[in-house]
Amino acid sequence: MLSLTGVHTHIGQYHILQGVDLVLPHGELTVLLGRNGAGKTTTLRTIMGLWHASRGALVFDGSDITQTATADIACAGIAYVPENMGIFSDLTVHENLVLAARDGEPDKARLEWIFGFFPALKKFWNQAAGTLSGGQKQMLAIARAIVEPRKLLLVDEPTKGLAPAIIQSLITAFRELKAMETTILLVEQNFNFVRSLGDSVAVMDDGRIVHVGPMAELSENLDLQQKLLGLSLDTHQ
Amino acid sequence: MMLSRMFSGDFPRSRFLALMLLVAFAGLTLAPFLFPGARALNVAATICVFIVLVASYDLLLGYTGIVSFAHTMFYGIGAYGVGLSLYSVGPTWGAVFMGLTIALILSLVLALVIGLFSLRVKAIFYAMITLAVASAFAVLASQLSDFTGGEDGRTFGVPEVLRPGFRLIDAEVFGTAINGKLITYYLVFFSALALFLLLLRVVNSPFGRVLQAIRENDFRAEALGYRTVVYRTLANCLSAVTATLAGALMALWLRYTGPQTTLSLTIMMDILLIVVIGGMGTLYGAAIGSALFILAQNYLQALMRQASEGLAAVPVLANLFHPDRWLLWLGVLFVLSVYYFPSGIVGKLRGRK
Repeated sequence: MLSLTGVHTHIGQYHILQGVDLVLPHGELTVLLGRNGAGKTTTLRTIMGLWHASRGALVFDGSDITQTATADIACAGIAYVPENMGIFSDLTVHENLVLAARDGEPDKARLEWIFGFFPALKKFWNQAAGTLSGGQKQMLAIARAIVEPRKLLLVDEPTKGLAPAIIQSLITAFRELKAMETTILLVEQNFNFVRSLGDSVAVMDDGRIVHVGPMAELSENLDLQQKLLGLSLDTHQ
Repeated sequence: MMLSRMFSGDFPRSRFLALMLLVAFAGLTLAPFLFPGARALNVAATICVFIVLVASYDLLLGYTGIVSFAHTMFYGIGAYGVGLSLYSVGPTWGAVFMGLTIALILSLVLALVIGLFSLRVKAIFYAMITLAVASAFAVLASQLSDFTGGEDGRTFGVPEVLRPGFRLIDAEVFGTAINGKLITYYLVFFSALALFLLLLRVVNSPFGRVLQAIRENDFRAEALGYRTVVYRTLANCLSAVTATLAGALMALWLRYTGPQTTLSLTIMMDILLIVVIGGMGTLYGAAIGSALFILAQNYLQALMRQASEGLAAVPVLANLFHPDRWLLWLGVLFVLSVYYFPSGIVGKLRGRK
């Protein structure tokens, strides 16, 4: 679905990604782990074209998107949920979703499906998004990314600062998306959240991928956790 | 249903605002009959033109987040286009439409070029570029005096039906002569109303929503698949074309065009002030702001004269309200309105922060 080969990204004078190699298989949920500043968000933003790779290649669905404009990458079927939610505060919930649907009103059946795990969005349908709570904003950010079927979802720390009940809604949403064979790249610190969801895991350090393997392997291997992350994943929450 | 369609579903959402808009609408509709006299009618026509001019600027600043100083240039192109055409060809409708067409094409091309070349840069640089282009255009209009009339501008004739001497009917209606001046006023009024409702439709369309998204965060809008440069350029073109039409209306009303009435930086500052006072990102703000601003500009001095005469016995106050200080008080009123209505009058009335 998506492959990154030797991707380097510079932000100003800083050399953030230093040769990232990563393959996201179709229909799988890949979790990207790593300490703060390892380059996880930069990886997502580079895939999205918000920062262009200075070297290396990104191939999505058979097409080279290394220097493709962000808008074209989005139109090609990649949706991005940034860490800070990225909703449009002045627009209503409805308007945010219409904007994401791009071709007019979202499909009603799909909306009902989204309301199934994010009921608050239905309740606050005509309310300005800026007035929602943090959890509701996160629901809206994810709903916006999935309001139309997308080939690949890039999600940056969706559970950050959320209440457990809302995290459970997110788990349901991601499970259903997986069942629909949506490819997902998830940056997350909450290991309990991703343990049951992830098919594979990639660990980043200093702008490089230092480990790629099945989630089950890392989840069960304490030595590997210690080696890769410097701590047991059970405490990495 | 019909009202909803007319207002594009964007109602005032405040009773007091609705009342203010209703008063303004009624006042402008019946101005020739309610406020007889050349000055009052001139104020009403100026309000109509400024509503369109400011609303078109609000499409840029309030809805798209673009700071431009070239708006008066497009306004001037409209006024000069119609004015110079009537001056050169003669007072015919053909000349009006020819001048208007040339002006619209010139504005569209300029807006497109400025937009495509400049909207990729940061906001402050874009503002500086538009300021430079607008200044260059004003200098050009002043220097090409053989063609434009230079600093004196051009006075020209208008088609017969718009001339004050023309009488549609001999009888007076409510004491008002149905003459060319009245017809010109209603031409300005209905054109302004149509353009305002059109802009209201634009900002409440899917296109308008994308503009608002771009204003809030252009990267996020890009990440949703919208080419922000294209949308910004389209907004720039639409805004420029509307300002050009406003300029053409002003030229027809004044039967004169010159740098001071269309191209001056003072008008640009007035537009900015009106947008801020009325409320950015609310087209109704352009209507309320224009009405209050133009009224204050024209009648504050007279009000102060009355106040000063009434307070003649109180030396300090009489001096403070001396009509010569009207600009000082206008400034104080602006400072107070920005302080108490940071989101503009309409923003405040709609219950925003």
